[in-house]
Amino acid sequence: MSLSGAWYLGLSAIVFTIGAIGLLVRRNVLIMFMCIELMLNAANLTFVTFARMLGDIGGQAVVFFVLVVAAAEVVVGLGIVVTNFRRRATTVADDLDALKG
Amino acid sequence: MVHVAYLMLLLPLAGFLVLLTVGRRVGDPVAGWIGTAAVGGSFVVACIVFAGLVGLPADQRLVVHNYYTWFASGGLSVPVGTQVDPLSMTMCLFITGVSALIHLYSIGYMKADRDYSKFFVYMNLFVFSMLLLVLANNLVLTFVGWEGVGVCSYFLIAFWFERDAAASAGKKAMIYNRIGDAGFLLAIFLIFFKTGTVTYESGPGGGIFGQLSHLGGGTATVVVLLLLLAATGKSAQIPLFNWLPDAMEGPTPVSALIHAATMVTAGVYLLCRMNPVLHLTAHGMTVIAVIGTATAFVAATIACAQQDIKRVLAFSTVSQIGYMMLAVGSGAYTAAIFLMVMHAFFKALLFLGAGSVIHGLEDEQDLKRMGALRRYMRWTTVTFSIGWLAIIGIPPLSGFWAKGDVLDNAFAHYPGLWVVALLTAVLTAYYMSRLEVLTFGDEPRWDTVGPHGEPAHHTPHEAPLIMLVPLVVLAVLSLFGEVINLPWAHTHSLNSFLAPVFSADQYVDGLTTTRQWVLGLADAVAAVVGAVFAIILWRGAAVDKPAWEPAFLQRVWYWDDAYDLVIGRPSQRLAVFCAWVIDGRIIDGAVNGVAHLAKVTGTAARRLQTGYARNYALGIALGMALLVAFMLSRTWWG
Repeated sequence: MSLSGAWYLGLSAIVFTIGAIGLLVRRNVLIMFMCIELMLNAANLTFVTFARMLGDIGGQAVVFFVLVVAAAEVVVGLGIVVTNFRRRATTVADDLDALKG
Repeated sequence: MVHVAYLMLLLPLAGFLVLLTVGRRVGDPVAGWIGTAAVGGSFVVACIVFAGLVGLPADQRLVVHNYYTWFASGGLSVPVGTQVDPLSMTMCLFITGVSALIHLYSIGYMKADRDYSKFFVYMNLFVFSMLLLVLANNLVLTFVGWEGVGVCSYFLIAFWFERDAAASAGKKAMIYNRIGDAGFLLAIFLIFFKTGTVTYESGPGGGIFGQLSHLGGGTATVVVLLLLLAATGKSAQIPLFNWLPDAMEGPTPVSALIHAATMVTAGVYLLCRMNPVLHLTAHGMTVIAVIGTATAFVAATIACAQQDIKRVLAFSTVSQIGYMMLAVGSGAYTAAIFLMVMHAFFKALLFLGAGSVIHGLEDEQDLKRMGALRRYMRWTTVTFSIGWLAIIGIPPLSGFWAKGDVLDNAFAHYPGLWVVALLTAVLTAYYMSRLEVLTFGDEPRWDTVGPHGEPAHHTPHEAPLIMLVPLVVLAVLSLFGEVINLPWAHTHSLNSFLAPVFSADQYVDGLTTTRQWVLGLADAVAAVVGAVFAIILWRGAAVDKPAWEPAFLQRVWYWDDAYDLVIGRPSQRLAVFCAWVIDGRIIDGAVNGVAHLAKVTGTAARRLQTGYARNYALGIALGMALLVAFMLSRTWWG
């Protein structure tokens, strides 16, 4: 038996919500990164699901782009986090408020 | 020979250009000689042109020559051209003659001045402008000359501009003249609007004097009143006369040439030149006569109480030009021109004599610090005294005949004004005799320390020969100048010479010979009474007579104070208001208000920037949610 597409989309929505809420409520930069990854992968799951449901390979192709962008983002983002940790000895996002008006 | 008239203009212009380029290099006294030669040459040309003009039959003595068209636009065509006729040649002869003498005098007077060559640059430019004013064959070109003499007057009044008084006097003259010039411009506009031309006699459109029918109704009166406004500015008449006394801050030769003999008579010349228009309006003529008489009287009273030798002469000039205006208003243009020429002789003589006194007394100008100069400056005394007798109208000197002509005509047209004018003649005799007595008579007052701590002067010295020559020539002219217009020769005189221009033999005016004798006698008696009274009053050592020099007269009838009160102070208050309220509050307020507004909104908006990533993320999330909700709503209910 196979599950209908709605289950996949439901899972995707749940994962995305977890990621979004985690991004908003957590202070640790690394956790926030993971939350972003969750949201990205939720989006990927949606793409793949729709690709299967609609029989369109385009959705799967976009996933590759998202993965590449996510990887690049992690590289840059973690680089910033590490550099910042060296300077400020903190991974708490709220300590990084230099842009406060 | 008449066709060389342009040389009269070109010689001073060439002198001006030469002095402008090399004047500073050649310096003292070559620059002065160059300037004098240019003007002297102009005088020679004037004599040649005059001889040529006299050689023509009387009814053909009008030679207009257009050299080129300055500009043409629509119906307006302004030629650069000369008009040689008896009026312009009479003016040219005495302008160039007196100018040449005063240039010669200036070579001595301005000796060792730091800006020696610049003085002659301005003087030559002045002579050029004055001749342009007189010779121009249209109103616009006359206006160019009019402005030219105005600006030269400004330069020369403010010649010693390091002195605050001189700089201010220059500005004052400029501003007063601007008011008059506005009248001149409006008159030109109105004349062109009505007649379609600006030339006097002929040329495009036939000339103003051929279009007089278009100046009917009140137009002629308005034109004449505007021209009168122009004349009051340039010729220092009420209400614009106050600039002339202050103009005495300039070097004395300038006072003699510009502010006595020539430029200040330009207004009288303009009115005489426009005489066909004046004929159209009896009201305009009356206004001119009244203004002239009032000015003559007011200025004469003021002259009675002045202490500065040049200021006395300045008010005397204002007063004498008032006489000329009275003559113009009486329709006696010949009398006005006659007095103008004679006045040029004796007033230039008086000013140059005063310059000689000032020169001899180390720049002393206070009458109360002079006295007994007859013993030290014989030539100056004799020549100055001739000028004195001429101006007060002692027969048979020139002033008697010239002033007599004016008074005769005034009597014929405005008996009321004649009374005032005769009273003015008494005042003239009084203040000039006072000047004469205080300067040359009695005992010296310059050899002691003055009442205000002025240092005593050295013994005065006579002026150098180069300054005495013009004095002697002008004295001779003041003595015998009247031969050009003696009453019993009026068919072969200035009167008949000018008759074509003024389209009438002007002399008769309904006066019988007996009445002329009586009026002449009255003039002579007026002169003698004023003179004798002044001599009795002012001889003797006591020169402080406050009762005879009331503050009201010393302060020029409070005329300047009145202008200050009515125009000066309110203008200043308006300026302060503009500076502090209009500019400070409204304009600066608007600019600062915009800046303040930006600051306030910025201060409020910066609270949005918390610097916390979660806040920005929340904003993105909410924005996304809203976007999604919007798209969903479109899908479901669209």
